[in-house]
Amino acid sequence: MYVAAKGGEKAIRNAHELLARRRRGDRTLPAVTLEQIASQLTLAVDRVMAEGSLYDTALAALAIKQARGDLIEAIFLIRAFRTTLPRFGSARPLDTGAMLVRRRVSATFKDLPGGQLLGPTFDYTHRLLDTSLAEADAGGAEEGAPPPVAEPAPPMPRVTDLIGAEGLIEPSPRDDGAEPFDITRAPVSYPVDRATRLQTLARGDEGYLLALGYSTQRGYARSHPFVGEIRFGEVEVVLDIPELGFEVSIGEVEVTECQMVNQFKGSAQVPPQFTRGYGLVFGQCERKAMSMALVERALRWQELGEEPGAPAQDEEFVLSHCDNVQATGFVEHLKLPHYVDFQAELDLVRRMRAEIAAERKEAAE
Amino acid sequence: MTFPEPKSSDAGAFRAARQSAMGLLARAEPDELDAILATLAPVPAATDLRTPEVGLVMLRGRTGGDGAPFNLGEASLARAAIRLEGGATGFAYRLGRDAQSARRAAIVDALWQDEGRRPAVEAALAPVRTRLALRRAGVEAETAATKVDFFTLVRGED
Repeated sequence: MYVAAKGGEKAIRNAHELLARRRRGDRTLPAVTLEQIASQLTLAVDRVMAEGSLYDTALAALAIKQARGDLIEAIFLIRAFRTTLPRFGSARPLDTGAMLVRRRVSATFKDLPGGQLLGPTFDYTHRLLDTSLAEADAGGAEEGAPPPVAEPAPPMPRVTDLIGAEGLIEPSPRDDGAEPFDITRAPVSYPVDRATRLQTLARGDEGYLLALGYSTQRGYARSHPFVGEIRFGEVEVVLDIPELGFEVSIGEVEVTECQMVNQFKGSAQVPPQFTRGYGLVFGQCERKAMSMALVERALRWQELGEEPGAPAQDEEFVLSHCDNVQATGFVEHLKLPHYVDFQAELDLVRRMRAEIAAERKEAAE
Repeated sequence: MTFPEPKSSDAGAFRAARQSAMGLLARAEPDELDAILATLAPVPAATDLRTPEVGLVMLRGRTGGDGAPFNLGEASLARAAIRLEGGATGFAYRLGRDAQSARRAAIVDALWQDEGRRPAVEAALAPVRTRLALRRAGVEAETAATKVDFFTLVRGED
């Protein structure tokens, strides 16, 4: 028998009003603006865009405000919003080699063309709380004109291109002109190709990928990684316009790219080469790009003839649990009413107990 | 990207110049579009060939940076298409959700195609070109200031 229960409308309405008041916080303070969030909480905005899989800073700022700073809730809001919009098409693949670089470091080569550019990084900070930031408008970040640079930035080839020129690293998989699989348009069935893995990881949860990437460093699918290069900056988005028959540059997005260089693979045909794992994420999300590259490399165990057995190598497990919107949906649904389900379980446990009691009584007699 | 000013008038150069103008129109701020249209007034009436609308574009990366493509995630995109009374059709695609700016950019694109008006349109776009070039130079300068200069300590072994 199925029993529908109804009720709680008033409680729900009042709870939502209470939520709105808590979101607003102390009314003697000004409300935080979307511009403030977008310009001062940029890394939160970047994470919401990356895992929400939608590049739009103003929307991500709105989602963060609405979600009271709960980033997974904000990501959920973004994912829900994207389903309301039509897709006009696909842009040409971003050219990270032509990036307007804001940060670029290599852990493998000290002197590389274009140099090591630290950019806006937490690296080398002392991780001491800066009490001057507690002041309303302070922080020592005066708007100062940077020293003018006469010549434009030198070209910055990707480190993997430099190693690749000597044949010391495996080449990237060739572009055969095929359309990449799109996990938002078709159901995924395992095993999947590398493009599908990369799309899934690019929108995957940062904490989950961080833990899995960490596990590979601790010996579970060890691949001996080096950061060949991390670069962060703006890349141009170029779209073919069908009405015009040519392509147009429609704006820029910020991305972080990580090229992980890993230990060797060789065969009878190919002498030993470095292998690689790749990470690419919207915004400045370096921890995520690095974790993604480590996990992407671990997932390639079969192709590279490595021993399986580590959690980070289990493709279906890794990919089917990395989406935090799916994960939070299923975990959090447990708090919704399960009265009927639970009633059935109660009946069952009572019946089992009664049966055991009856058996014991019988045995005693 | 950089936005070279148009040079010659053959077909390839025409296309490159229009692409450059459309790239600027994709990046012009709403108030810059207002200023451009004000400079170019009077502008013929425009009818919508496509109602200005907001949608998504799938952005792609390449495996390893230079290999086979994969879907990275989407971005919001506004687009519009118009026809000027007695004149050309204009198109605009801009990242973001500003459909009305897309429509105004499409009007400027249509005006640009009129050879007689093109110099005036290019002149009106010049401030956008300058702003973007300055911004780019600013990013390059502030980043270059964080470039690591290595120095090697000489060990006194010999």
